[in-house]
Amino acid sequence: MLAADRLIALALMAFSVFVMWYAQRLPVGWEAETGPGAGAFPFWLGLGMLAASGAILARSFVTRPHSGETFIPDADAIPQILGVVGLLLGAIALIPLLGAYIALMLFLLAYLRLMGGHGWLLTGILTLTTPVFLFFFFEVTLKILLPKGVTEPLFYPLYAMFF
Amino acid sequence: MDVLALLADGFASSISPLNLLIVLIGVTVGIFIGAMPGLGSVNGVAIVLPLTFIVPPGSAIILLAAIYYGAMYGGAISSILLGIPGASTAVATTFDGRPMAQKGEAGLALIVAAVASFIGGTISVLLFTIFAVPLADMALAFGPAEEFALVLLAFTTFVGLGGDDILKTVVMICLGLVLSTVGLDIISGEPRLVFGDLPGFYSGISFLVLAIGVYGVGEVLYTIETSRNAPMVTPARLTFGELRAGLSKMRGMWRTMSLGSVLGFFVGILPAAGATPAALMSYGVAKSISKRPDSFGRGNPEGVAAPETANNAASTGSLLPMLTLGIPGSPTTALLLGGMVMWGLTPGPMLFVEQKEFVWGLISSLYTANLAAVLVNIALIPVFVWALRMPLSVLCAMVLVLCIVGGYAPDQRLHDVWMIAGFGVAGYLLRKADYPLAPLVLALVLGPLMEKSFRQTMIAEHGDLTVFIERPIAAIFVAISVLLFALPLIRALRRGRNGSSRPAPAE
Repeated sequence: MLAADRLIALALMAFSVFVMWYAQRLPVGWEAETGPGAGAFPFWLGLGMLAASGAILARSFVTRPHSGETFIPDADAIPQILGVVGLLLGAIALIPLLGAYIALMLFLLAYLRLMGGHGWLLTGILTLTTPVFLFFFFEVTLKILLPKGVTEPLFYPLYAMFF
Repeated sequence: MDVLALLADGFASSISPLNLLIVLIGVTVGIFIGAMPGLGSVNGVAIVLPLTFIVPPGSAIILLAAIYYGAMYGGAISSILLGIPGASTAVATTFDGRPMAQKGEAGLALIVAAVASFIGGTISVLLFTIFAVPLADMALAFGPAEEFALVLLAFTTFVGLGGDDILKTVVMICLGLVLSTVGLDIISGEPRLVFGDLPGFYSGISFLVLAIGVYGVGEVLYTIETSRNAPMVTPARLTFGELRAGLSKMRGMWRTMSLGSVLGFFVGILPAAGATPAALMSYGVAKSISKRPDSFGRGNPEGVAAPETANNAASTGSLLPMLTLGIPGSPTTALLLGGMVMWGLTPGPMLFVEQKEFVWGLISSLYTANLAAVLVNIALIPVFVWALRMPLSVLCAMVLVLCIVGGYAPDQRLHDVWMIAGFGVAGYLLRKADYPLAPLVLALVLGPLMEKSFRQTMIAEHGDLTVFIERPIAAIFVAISVLLFALPLIRALRRGRNGSSRPAPAE
């Protein structure tokens, strides 16, 4: 936990420095017409964040808070968490290519079958009914089109039917 | 009475068939969300928010408020039947709710929780109706300097009263405010913090993206880690006999329940406090005034009634500063505020002048939502008991699908979905390292108001900062802010003198 605490504090400090450097692309001081420059707010907030996260880092060497604890107490959970994050990122990456429906079906299939260990019946029902529900809710009811990717032509008959 | 006439007008709109249906759907969804371990009102509202485009803004906020209300009722169900709180607001309910269930009194505990929630909700809605207009009238005198001082006060409340690590709270407030500056500058219109000139950042970071990320994806990751060993659901029977017995038993609890309601309402108004500390405080008060304090923690129904009145009362109380001042009292009300901004409504005193119909429709819907919640709760307890047996992986998979599609829907940009995944992972890691997430979301919502009011004041006063202590209302807010900021330092100094140097524990 102590190492994680330090790493997170360091990451926040790095982000603060980046924000301060980036904010200076715009005026940070007082402008005659418009008062505080456009970069002033992010610059000073970045400085505040740098000071506070720096203090957290410094404190970790003095009081050593949480030093007896582990960051993720249950080690068996780590592959599960990484797996879920991987599946999630994979699904988002596939959306522009295969469209939201196929990507989400693959996501549900992998999640329920591999991570959840559910039977084919439950996996099949949820994998097939969820995209149907999403289509009717978002596209037909709310008129919000979800990305289709290469599956776009398959939807032409459905568009003709519902729009 | 002007207020009564306005409330009557509100009822005319809130009991329209559409709004009644919305209240019923909202409280049912809310109770379900509140009952599922790992999900609470804040996650529920964050996940459902993008779906509210289906109804007009007035009805959308009623839907979200009903979900909020329902979740407060639902939290007790898993506290009693599983022994793990559905949401942090129902932590105190486990103290006596679980022992009652283990003694075979699960049905009675559920009835006490439902009726106490109803009483807490009703008393606080009455208080809300009384206080809303005077507070909004007072706020009408606010200029940019007062607005800035008020936002400052909202943040310092987190530092002074939040109970979290002060330094980590400050980091999260700054981070939220930095994220709120992404996009085009409000005054000069120039792009700033558009990391690598990515077009997706030009319109800024929507609070919805951050909220779905940290409260949707982040919560799923956290739940996967913490709830890997599924607990046993205690079976609950509910008969009319038990209902009657429960109601007669509650007659002796009026003192606990009225105290809990009033306490909950006022604690709920404070920005950093909210329903969790209100429930814990109410439990403590009930125990200290009880003739049999040692029976608490062993299945005393008063130990269920006290936190349940207070958490419902606090959820209503936290709506008061959100509607009248534009300052949310809790993370969930911050999401409601963000939703209102998204639908083109500006929360604050002008809302009471310009959008009377909306405001009073919402207030009156709290009365109907409260009644609907108690009826739906008692009627559907067997269904919720059954739903609690749903495997966690199915729930998590569904929540993630909703996060992806719900995050994409409002602006139809894949950029937002990537951001949601990023914020989800970051939120999970930050939460693990005891960084509080509520100030982060609140800062993103309040950031634009804070910057605008500060810059307007500075332009008008030619950079003279003394304006914040020259104007009386602003000066009072600034003085309280300074006091709140100093409070943890004073506490730390005192602790130091007593020989301990540990920082305040998180949550």
